[in-house]
Amino acid sequence: MGELLWLIPALPFAGALLLVLFGNRISRALVSTIGVGSVGISAAVTLVLGIEYLSSRPAFIRQEVWQWFDVAGFSPSIAFHLDALSMVFIFVITFVGFLIHIYSTEYMAEDKDYSRFFACMNLFVGSMLMLVMADNLLLLYLGWEGVGLCSYLLIGFWYKEPANVYAARKAFIITRVGDTAMAIGLFMLFQHFGTLHIQSISTEAAQVWSIGNETALIIALLLLGGAVGKSGQLPLQTWLPDAMAGPTPVSALIHAATMVTAGVYLIARMHVIFALSPVAMMAVAVIGAVTLLIAGFAALTQYDIKRVLAYSTISQVGYMFLALGVGAWSSGVFHFMIHGFFKALLFLCAGAIILALHHEQDMRKMGGLSKKLPVVFYTFLIGAASLAAFPLVSAGFYSKDQILWLQLAGENGNIWLYLAGLLGAFITSIYTFRMVFLTFYGEEKTHVGHKPTMAITVPLIILAVLSFAGGFIELPHNFGHVVLFSDFLAPILPAVSVVPDFDRFEWMLQLLAAVISLGGIFIAYLFYYKKPELIESIHRSEFAMAIHHFWHSGWGFDQLYDALFVRPYVYLSKVNKNDFIDSFYTFLANVTQGLHQLFSQTQTGIMRNYVAGIVVGAIMILTISLLL
Amino acid sequence: MILVWLIVILMVGGVLAWISGKVNRTLPRWVALGSVLAVFVLTLYIWMNPLAIVIGSNQSMGHTWYMRFDQPWIPQWGISFSLAVDGLSVLMLLLTFFIGLLAVLISWREIQTKVAFFHFNLLWVLAGITGVFLTMDLFLFYFFWEVMLIPMYFLIGIWGHENRRYAAYKFFIFTQASGLLMLLAILGLYFIHGNQTGVYTFSYFELLNTTLAPEAARLLMFGFLAAFLVKLPVVPFHSWLPDAHSEAPTAGSVILAGLLLKTGAYGLLRFVLPLFPMATVEFAPWAMLLGVIGIIYGAILAFSQTDLKRLVAYTSVSHMGFVILGVFSFNEWALQGVVMQMITHGLSTGALFIIAGFLYERLHTRDIRQMGGFWSTAPKMGVIALIFVMASLGLPGLGNFIAEFLTLVGSWQANNWLTAFATIGLVMATIYSLRIMQKIFFEANRMEQPLPDLNAREMLIAIPMVVMILWLGLYPQPILDTARPSIQEQLQAYTEPLIEQAPIARMDRIEMEAIPEKTFGTKKPKEAKPSSYLQIFKSSN
Repeated sequence: MGELLWLIPALPFAGALLLVLFGNRISRALVSTIGVGSVGISAAVTLVLGIEYLSSRPAFIRQEVWQWFDVAGFSPSIAFHLDALSMVFIFVITFVGFLIHIYSTEYMAEDKDYSRFFACMNLFVGSMLMLVMADNLLLLYLGWEGVGLCSYLLIGFWYKEPANVYAARKAFIITRVGDTAMAIGLFMLFQHFGTLHIQSISTEAAQVWSIGNETALIIALLLLGGAVGKSGQLPLQTWLPDAMAGPTPVSALIHAATMVTAGVYLIARMHVIFALSPVAMMAVAVIGAVTLLIAGFAALTQYDIKRVLAYSTISQVGYMFLALGVGAWSSGVFHFMIHGFFKALLFLCAGAIILALHHEQDMRKMGGLSKKLPVVFYTFLIGAASLAAFPLVSAGFYSKDQILWLQLAGENGNIWLYLAGLLGAFITSIYTFRMVFLTFYGEEKTHVGHKPTMAITVPLIILAVLSFAGGFIELPHNFGHVVLFSDFLAPILPAVSVVPDFDRFEWMLQLLAAVISLGGIFIAYLFYYKKPELIESIHRSEFAMAIHHFWHSGWGFDQLYDALFVRPYVYLSKVNKNDFIDSFYTFLANVTQGLHQLFSQTQTGIMRNYVAGIVVGAIMILTISLLL
Repeated sequence: MILVWLIVILMVGGVLAWISGKVNRTLPRWVALGSVLAVFVLTLYIWMNPLAIVIGSNQSMGHTWYMRFDQPWIPQWGISFSLAVDGLSVLMLLLTFFIGLLAVLISWREIQTKVAFFHFNLLWVLAGITGVFLTMDLFLFYFFWEVMLIPMYFLIGIWGHENRRYAAYKFFIFTQASGLLMLLAILGLYFIHGNQTGVYTFSYFELLNTTLAPEAARLLMFGFLAAFLVKLPVVPFHSWLPDAHSEAPTAGSVILAGLLLKTGAYGLLRFVLPLFPMATVEFAPWAMLLGVIGIIYGAILAFSQTDLKRLVAYTSVSHMGFVILGVFSFNEWALQGVVMQMITHGLSTGALFIIAGFLYERLHTRDIRQMGGFWSTAPKMGVIALIFVMASLGLPGLGNFIAEFLTLVGSWQANNWLTAFATIGLVMATIYSLRIMQKIFFEANRMEQPLPDLNAREMLIAIPMVVMILWLGLYPQPILDTARPSIQEQLQAYTEPLIEQAPIARMDRIEMEAIPEKTFGTKKPKEAKPSSYLQIFKSSN
C-alpha cells in the first residue's frame, strides 16, 4: 500500500512545475484545474492511504524514492515515512489545502497573476507535505525551507507595494534565524548519531542518553529555535502579523492552518529528544504560555480583522506549545487539527468579507453584515465559537479543555501554566466576539459588493462542520470518554502521565473553563454591542490608551528588534560600504606613488646637483664609518 | 594524449579565432564555440570512461587517476610536461568548459569591439585554467597560473566597464605578487627535495615525498597559501575582487567568479593539503577563522552595495569563506562540500552575473536603485533570478545547499564555535539575497519603458544552468562519487594515522626524519566511517 505514498507530495509539485512552465499560455480554467486538481488528487490519495492505514494499522510505512546522496556514511534519502502523526498532518494539509484552493478560484478570479498564485500555492502544499512526510531531518529541512520560500513569495504576492515585499522579506529572514539554530541542531545530531534518520535517532537517543543529558538539552533548545521561528512564537513571533500582507487564502492556508504549526510537528516528531531534557520541555511550555498571553492581549487591540486573526493564531499555537511542554503530545496535535479547521474557516470568512467590502480590512468600517452575508455570518459564528471554546458544542472547547486540564493533572504541569492558559482563554473569547460584534452587528458602514458564490460558501460550510464536529472524536473522561484521536496517535506519541486521583476535580475545571469562555463572550457583548460608551470611556483614559498602543504594536517587539539588530546591521553595512580594508591597499598605492614623485624630483638633469649629491653622500658615509 | 589536446585545441582555437576575425566578424564566435564544445565533449568522454591508472608511489590507492600524459620538457632542470586527470580535475574541467560555453554565448551580442581578439583572450584564459587543473608539474603549474592571468587582464582592461583600467591593474598586481610568492615556495620545495634525494624535479608526485622540517614546511606553505588565498579570495586579501568582477564584461565576470576563484580552492586541495600536512593542521584554526570572517564580512558588505555586480562579487567573498572553512576541517564531508561549493558557486554566481549582464544590456546601468518591478514584464527572467538567488542563500533542493550543508557538517566536527558563526552567515545570505529580488524584480517599476523578457538565446543560456543547479541539489551523487577517490587521497595524510592508530605514518613522518619513504602507498584505502572520523577529532582535540 505504500507505493502511492510518493504521489502525495509529487502531485502538488507537478502542478507547480506545470504552472511555472505553461501558466502564462493556458486559460484560467485550465490553471484552476491543474492548481486545484493536483491538490485534490493528492487529498484523494491521502484518503485511500488513510483508509488502508486504518484498516491494517502498521507501525509505519516507508517508501524510499531515491538516495539523495551518500558522503562517508552521511546518507539521507528522499524517503517518505507515514505513521499516525504524519497522517494527521497530511490529512489536514491536503484537505484544508484543497478547500482553500477551491476558495481561491473565486477569491483570486480578478487577479492578473492567477497562475503564479496557484503555482506558489501548489509548491507550498508540496513542500509542506515533504516536511511532514520526511523520514530524515535533512529532507524535513528541505520542506521546512521550501514552505519558507512559498510563504515569502505569497506574502509578497502583490509585490508592487513595497510594504508587502518588506513584510515578505521580514518573514523569511526571521524564520531563517530560527532555521539556522535548527541547522546547528542537525549538525549536533549528526555528530552524535552519524545519521539524520528520525526513527534511528529516536530509538538511539533513548538508549544513549539519560534524562537531563546536557547534549540532549542543547539539541532540544536548538530545534526549539527552529520551531519558534516557523511557528511565530516568542521571541521570533514578529513576522506573523505582517505576513497578513498576502492574499487571504494564503493567510488561511500558510499562516494559520499549516505552516505555522510546523514547529508543533517538529517538537512532536522529535519528542524523544525533548522528553530527555526537562529544562527544554519547561522552556517549550513557558514560551507557549507567555506567547499565548502576549498575542492575546495584542489581538484585543487590533482593528484590522486579519491582524486579529494573526495574533489569535500566534496565541493558539502558544496553546499547542503549552501542551507539548507538559508532554501532552497528542493534545497538542489535536489542538493543531481543530485549530486548522476553525482558523482556516475564520480566515476564509474574513476573506469573503474583505472581498465583499472592496478590500476593506478595518473592522471599524464594517458592521451589520449578518443580514447581508448570512452564510459567512453563520459559519464565522461557528468558527468563533470554536476559537472561544464555547462549551459543549464547539470542537475548540474539547481540544483546549484537554490542554488546560493536563496543565494541572499532568505530572509536568503546574498551576502557573494553568492560570496562564485560563487567562488566555478568557482573552480569546473577548477578542473573538469583539470581532463578531464589530463585523456582523451594528449598522452597515461599507457597501457590500461581491456576494460569495459556491466556490466560497461550500468550503466555508465544510470547514464549519469540521469545526463543530471535529471535537467529538476526543471527549474527556467524565463526559463520553471518547479517545479515538489519542488512541490513534498512541503508538507514536506516548500518553501524558496523569497525577493519580485528580479526576474528581475534572468537572470543576471544566465548569470553570466554560464560565471563563462565556464570561469573555458576555464582556465582548457588553462593550461592543450593548454599551459601546464603555469603550469610549476607556479611550478617554490616557493610561489605558498607552497600554492600548503598546499592545497594538505587538508589545513593542518590532521597535526593540529594530533598535537592537536591524539598525546596527544596516549602519554597519552602510558605513563600510566602500570596504575599509581596501583603503589599506589604496594607501600602499598612494605611498608608492608619493615616493615615486619624491625621487623623480631628484632627477633634475642638472650636473651640479648630482655632483653635490655624490659629495654629500660620500662625506656622510665616511663620517658614519669613522664614528662607528 | 587527449589531455594535451584539451589545451592545444583551446590555444589553437584562440589563434584561429583571432585570425578568422579578418574574414568575418561572427566567425571568431563560431570558432570559439566550436573549440569549447570540442573540449567539453572530450572531457565528458574522459569522465564517462575513466581508465583507472596508478601514478606515483601510491600504488594501493589504485583507481584514482583517469589518464595521464608525461613528456620531459627541460630534463636538466627536472621540468616535464606532465598532465594527469583524476576525479577532482575532471569535475573542474567540466565546470570550466560548461562555464566557457556560457561565456561564449553571453558575449554573442555584448561584445562588439575587437571581437576576434576578445575570443582569443577568452580561449587562452580557458586554456590557462585547463592547464592549472591538469598539470602535475609544479613549474608547469606556475606557467599556466600566469597564462590565465594575462588574457584575463586584457579581458577586463579592454572590454570592461568605465573603471576597467584601474580594476585590471589591481587584479594583475594582486595575483601576480601573490603568484611570485608561490614561485618562491615552489623553488624552495624543489631545492629541498633535490638536496635530500639528489633528484631535482618539479614533479608533483615526487615532491609529495619530500621530508620537510617544520619551519621550512610552514614557510613554504605560506608561499603557496599566498597565491591561493588571494585568488580565492580570503578577507583581507579580497579587495581586488569586487573591482575586477564589477568592471569586467559579463563573460569576464562569469569566468572570474566561476573559474578563477576555483583555481585557488583547487590549489589548496591539490597542493597545500598533501604537501604540508603538519603545517596545515597547525594553521587550520586560523584558516577557519579567516573563512568565518570572510563569510560574515562579505555578507555584510554585499548588503549595502548598490552596484549589482559589486553586490554579487561580495557574495562570492562570503561564499568562498565556506571553501576555506571546509578545506581546513580535514574530513570527507567538508571536502566534498568544498568540491560541491566550487561547482555550485560557479553556476549560481555565474548565473547572477549573467542576469546582471542581461539587465545591463537592456538598461545600461548596474545600479539597483534605478531598477524595480521587473517581474511584471520579465517574469521569465524573474523566475530564473529567483532560482539563483535562492541557490545563493542556500535553499535546500538546489546545489548550493548540499555544498554548504556538507561543509558545515564537516567543519562542525572540527570546530563547533566557528561553525556556529559560519552558520549565521546563512541568515546574512538571506538578507542580501532577498534584497536583490526586492530591488530588481519587486516593488514599483522606476523605468519609463517596460523591460523586455528573455529571448530565445538568453533562455538557451539560462535553462541549462537551472537544470544543472536543480540536478546538483537533488541528485549530486555522480559528482560526489567522482570526487571521492581524489578527496580520500588528499586526506590520507590526515585520516590514516589516526584511523589505524598506526605508529608511523605520513603525519608523523615530518618529525621522524630518520625514517624516510613510508608514505602513500603502503596503506589500503579506507571505507570512511563517521564513527572513526569522530574518533579522530576527539583524539586530536
